[in-house]
Amino acid sequence: MEASSIIFSDKPVNVSYDGTWYGLLTAVFEAYSKKWNVSGFSTINHESQSDFFAEKVIVVTDEAKAQRVWLGLKKKVPKENCIQLYRCYLSEMPGMEFAIFSCIKFYFSGFDSPHLAYGNADVLKISQTSKMVYREKHRMEAFVRFQRTADDLYYAGIEPDFNVIPLLSQHFAERYADQNWLIYDIKRKYGIYYDQDKVEEITLNFSNETGEKTAVKDVFHDSETLYQELWKNYFKNVNIPSRRNIKLHVQHVPKRYWKHLIEKK
Amino acid sequence: MSERLHEKLEILADAAKYDVSCSSSGSKRKNHNKGLGEATGSGICHTYTEDGRCVSLLKILLTNHCIFDCAYCVTRKSNDIKRAAFTVQEVVDLTMNFYRRNYIEGLFLSSGIFKNADYTMERLVSVAKKLRTENKFNGYIHLKTIPGASDELMHEAGLWADRLSVNIEIPTESGLKLLAPDKNIKDMIEPMTYLKKEIIRTKEESKIFKSAPLFAPAGQSTQMIIGASGESDKDIMHTANKFYKGFNLKRVYYSGYVPISNDNRLPELGSAVPVLRENRLYQTDWLMRFYGFHVQELLNDQFPNLDPEIDPKLSWALRNMAFFPVDVNTADLQLILRVPGIGVQSAQKIVGARRFNKLGWDHLKKIGIALNRAKYFITCNSPITDRKDYTEAKIRQFILNESRSKFLTNGGQQYNLFG
Ligand code: SF4
Repeated sequence: MEASSIIFSDKPVNVSYDGTWYGLLTAVFEAYSKKWNVSGFSTINHESQSDFFAEKVIVVTDEAKAQRVWLGLKKKVPKENCIQLYRCYLSEMPGMEFAIFSCIKFYFSGFDSPHLAYGNADVLKISQTSKMVYREKHRMEAFVRFQRTADDLYYAGIEPDFNVIPLLSQHFAERYADQNWLIYDIKRKYGIYYDQDKVEEITLNFSNETGEKTAVKDVFHDSETLYQELWKNYFKNVNIPSRRNIKLHVQHVPKRYWKHLIEKK
Repeated sequence: MSERLHEKLEILADAAKYDVSCSSSGSKRKNHNKGLGEATGSGICHTYTEDGRCVSLLKILLTNHCIFDCAYCVTRKSNDIKRAAFTVQEVVDLTMNFYRRNYIEGLFLSSGIFKNADYTMERLVSVAKKLRTENKFNGYIHLKTIPGASDELMHEAGLWADRLSVNIEIPTESGLKLLAPDKNIKDMIEPMTYLKKEIIRTKEESKIFKSAPLFAPAGQSTQMIIGASGESDKDIMHTANKFYKGFNLKRVYYSGYVPISNDNRLPELGSAVPVLRENRLYQTDWLMRFYGFHVQELLNDQFPNLDPEIDPKLSWALRNMAFFPVDVNTADLQLILRVPGIGVQSAQKIVGARRFNKLGWDHLKKIGIALNRAKYFITCNSPITDRKDYTEAKIRQFILNESRSKFLTNGGQQYNLFG
């Protein structure tokens, strides 16, 4: 049914949205202003394990409504706490939309500095999940390894646990302002490309190309192997064997990231 | 050609690795000219060595030729090792190419002393200058300043570098005389004094003129070697305190001595690196910088050495039971910071959260407090589950028993700051 229909406020509602951030904020807007008794959220294309008793309501993304929630939030809590909610959305963790919704409701409930209420389960969950996403963003800033291609593009493939690509563009655009680069999420099949002017989201189509198999040597710049070898060599020589502590090493550089780290290959 | 480069990198990275500083934080250099890099954040560890140390900078010596003979140093004149030297251009190319691939935050360039102090310093400065001007490099640069270099060169170094450091290495003057006979304390202190003055002066200037050039924006640091000269923890930390207070140092680093020769003035080859002691010293350093402790409270004539079994905060608490218990629902932040098991962030969270409701064990646990330690030192809104009035010896025993298993699986090395 459409969002505009009348719903009795006590009837459980499963809110269905298009999976985008603005979509979720729109959903929050509708649910909050219409006082729905929300039982959960689902995305339109994915059949959710929505509960049998709840009525499914499809919300159409409306940027103006999303903006109202966002601007309203900014008046209630510091910017960092608004961004925390966005990071939680990017975690793609099951049930996270509901926590975001509950937390926003609490932020609007009239308390002074509500973001400091760590005794509140939703506030705490948002703060903790956001920390996990932030940590992965930070890890990507550290673990991205660009390889220089023959046509002077610096390419890096990544496979983060969370969908952190949207959080990366600013850092890399500021830092690598004078080179073309591409960071590609191999799992989620999209990436960000920078052409020394702006960052764009792009998707690649590897499939049809005889490409992938063509000799890697032709794809990469002449100097690429040299610097990869020098880096590996450097990594080996800064180690102090008498202080060896592999456990600590793996804690800092978890094995699932090794695949894309030149020095760990 | 590339083979020779590989060999140089091997030798000159290997010789530089005993300098533990790898920090790339504290600067505020922006990518202002659409060049390469910036150094505005808190610095990133791009990887970690197999001994678990952060790798954020390309840390190398320009050369390991040296006219000095410091006993604790692999580069010392009398050591029979392969020597090598990079050209200025080689260092520039390595830095640019590593940086472009996101391997590093920048360069940490040090050097053995060849010919004399000024000659060496001039080379270091010219690498930094070339990176900044010809290559528009805005990443992090840390230069080692050579003791005895002229003020003019120090000044130029400050213009191009983010951080400068002179390593004091040995925390006592007598130890220094014994182990580094060519060095004198005056040559090391003078550049620090000069830089301190320049840093303050340029900071003042930049308040008036927005466009005033940066001067060593990440400040100065130094390093002390631990366990090479029979010094006490008190010697080390009181010296560190003098550097923090007297020279506005940003960081003091502590580096457990790695035995490198069978000189009988030093611990013999094969003796263990004092990693645990090093960790305790870092904990003490943190307590001084972030927790409001005075060095005298932690180390004094009565307690000249840190307790290897427990961290210095817990150790202080057990010696000062009169401060406790602290009521987390009413006490000042300063007091809460002194509770073992509560870190800076948790302390701030407590102060924020207690305005909404009185906090009990459950809340405290969720906030992330190590209750297994903290419970002996606090009261909160929940009933006391444990008998109070334990003696300090008993508390110590309880905490040790609980953490021993963790401690052992770590191979006897405890790394968490205040876990
Ligand atoms: S002057 Fe520096 S490089 Fe030379 S021996 Fe002494 S510590 Fe080593």
